[in-house]
Amino acid sequence: MKFDETPIVKDPAKEGILSPPKIRENASAAVRCYPSKPKDTQAIGLPGERVPDWQEKAIAKFAELLEKNKALRVYMDICVRCGACTDKCQFYLGTGDPQNFPVMRAELMRKVYRRYFTPAGRMGALSEAADFDEAMLEKWYTYFYQCSECRRCSVFCPYGIDTAEITMAAREIMASIGVSTKYVTEVVAKVYERGNNLGIPPAAWKDNCEFLEQDVEEETGKPIRFPVDDYGADILLVPPSADNFANVDTMVGYGKLFYALGIRWTTSTYCNEGGNFGLFLNYQNLKKVNKRIIDAARMLNVKTIIWGECGHAWRGAILTPTLNGPMDMFDPPYPYHISQFMVKMIRQGAFKGRIDKSANDDYIVTYHDPCNTARAGQLLDEPREILQHCVNHFIEMPRNTIREKTYCCGAGGGLLTDELMPIRMAGGKPRAMAVKHTGANYLATICAICKAQLPESMHYWDVPVKVGGTIDLFTRALLL
Amino acid sequence: MDTSSVLWTLFSVFYIGLSYFAALCLVFGLLSKIYGYLRTPMPWPEVVTPAPETEGGAVLRVAGDVLIFPNLFKADKYLWVGAWVFHVALAAILFRHLRYFTYPVPSLVLYMETVALFFGYLFGLTILYLFWRRLALPRSLYISNVPDYFALILLGGIAASGILVSYWLHVNIVDVKAYILGLMTLRPVSPPAHPLFLVHLTLVLILMIYFPFSKLLHAGGVFFSPARNQPYKIQNPGHRYVNPWDQSVGD
Repeated sequence: MKFDETPIVKDPAKEGILSPPKIRENASAAVRCYPSKPKDTQAIGLPGERVPDWQEKAIAKFAELLEKNKALRVYMDICVRCGACTDKCQFYLGTGDPQNFPVMRAELMRKVYRRYFTPAGRMGALSEAADFDEAMLEKWYTYFYQCSECRRCSVFCPYGIDTAEITMAAREIMASIGVSTKYVTEVVAKVYERGNNLGIPPAAWKDNCEFLEQDVEEETGKPIRFPVDDYGADILLVPPSADNFANVDTMVGYGKLFYALGIRWTTSTYCNEGGNFGLFLNYQNLKKVNKRIIDAARMLNVKTIIWGECGHAWRGAILTPTLNGPMDMFDPPYPYHISQFMVKMIRQGAFKGRIDKSANDDYIVTYHDPCNTARAGQLLDEPREILQHCVNHFIEMPRNTIREKTYCCGAGGGLLTDELMPIRMAGGKPRAMAVKHTGANYLATICAICKAQLPESMHYWDVPVKVGGTIDLFTRALLL
Repeated sequence: MDTSSVLWTLFSVFYIGLSYFAALCLVFGLLSKIYGYLRTPMPWPEVVTPAPETEGGAVLRVAGDVLIFPNLFKADKYLWVGAWVFHVALAAILFRHLRYFTYPVPSLVLYMETVALFFGYLFGLTILYLFWRRLALPRSLYISNVPDYFALILLGGIAASGILVSYWLHVNIVDVKAYILGLMTLRPVSPPAHPLFLVHLTLVLILMIYFPFSKLLHAGGVFFSPARNQPYKIQNPGHRYVNPWDQSVGD
């Protein structure tokens, strides 16, 4: 099913801002993820199929989370349904489905909360409570997997109600009773088996890196290395694995950057993945996936870890000291993002006289803030500072669509899967319209999921633009 | 003792009982909810950035949220005007009501007299505006439900009856104060025998009982929103955000 079948018009947005569509009941109700497969769920410690007594078990899990998570507890109570969020979610703007109002998404959970955890809900109809039955579970499964946990709504909520926390809790409850999606569970299972989300085996990772070395040496004439499992290196780079597979320019960028700085760095075949899909599933896997990064750094005895251009990886990085213990065996600052590192080097003058901005003169560049770097990781100025130093033509998208108000690319939070294509293209519309408005021909960003989604959504919405990393542009201008 | 005075005595006892019950509901309901929020840990850093990097900055951020609703301003200017004026008027009216609870009355409260009616009307008008908004805007209409309308109708009834007994169908203010101070000193007396005042009182008591178990609890909950009240201290040297229920480093 394509959203073309529903009355979505590929209209150019006025001033690059999409006006809210008319409400279209159930417009995206049929777009659902494939359910998980037992071989994946078993590998990651989840029930393979719906457990017996799933209703009681779900409510018990809900009760447990209410005791363990302040955000959930507070956000179940305090929404006044003011409506400020109703036109803020890219999935509503793209689909017109009112269940994609952040408030309605959260109400799916609040109705169950009221029914089982408040005195009014036990009494009856006027309290807007509902049983956790098959129909409700189906709605949870549909709409909590049409949320990308991007937190744009939180920025506009007078109480900062964070729908990502609600979605994460709902998915955790569903996972505990054996309801999860094929895409997310498959990815987590691949991490345990092969060390990364794409399931690239260690040998193939090494081959890729050697191939890159030859390629880059041919192109530049410099012996730029992409070291793997180099014991005792200064830096362990934890990129999203897609950088070594799809976004190769970004991987080349890391290599050129560290070569130019003369730094000994490495990737690890035990953990060559920053993007943490545990965030989209449950706490236990979030923690376990994240632990691999610290373990890899210890195995290779590196001085510090740098996280690559990946949004969810950076969210995981922020959680690392909390989830996996103090990081004081590493050189501070930690956790450390490649953009922060680059800005530090730029400010120290490491690239003085070594940057030729005109190398990027064929591009008019605009910058897409990934949700997690902007709204979870305080990384708003660093990427822009990097771009300032390496491109001559930079243009911002409209104010309401950048920085903390950035739109999700449309595929974060475990939605980057083919069966969700209608929702991905619809959710990508606000971003596409804003890019179109700038007239840019290069869309820079620092997230692997964005880099996978944006080319598809830009193509779908007829926005002729190349998508790539900030480091791609920076090292393109860097004189080696 | 004739029948009517027996009835009036029973009626008074009922109101006195209901008043105490409502006060207890409000206080203990709120305390139990807030205790719940305080007791429940936030297991991971959750603040929405860009965020202040110090505790002081986070306090200012929450204070800003409580006083000027900056997020709502970003989201919807028309709603912001309605909501902000509504809350300011409510605060002014509550403050003015101190004259019924204090003896002697603080002079600032007495100064309020000149503008009290203005705030009363403002309060009533913003309630009408918020109610109209819920019905008139398709997205607001879609998300509004019975508790939303109930809260506005309740507050509207309180506003209307309050303005009427203060400025048009006067209730004897000495009787009102005697009733309230009587309740407060645990030497209760009969409420004023003024039907419209009793309507006002009844609606207020319903509000007090309803408050801690409804969305009106946002008044307390706004202070506990982790997305707003945490400082962003991730890279501060020596700082580690500890999850109280899980301090293992993983397996």
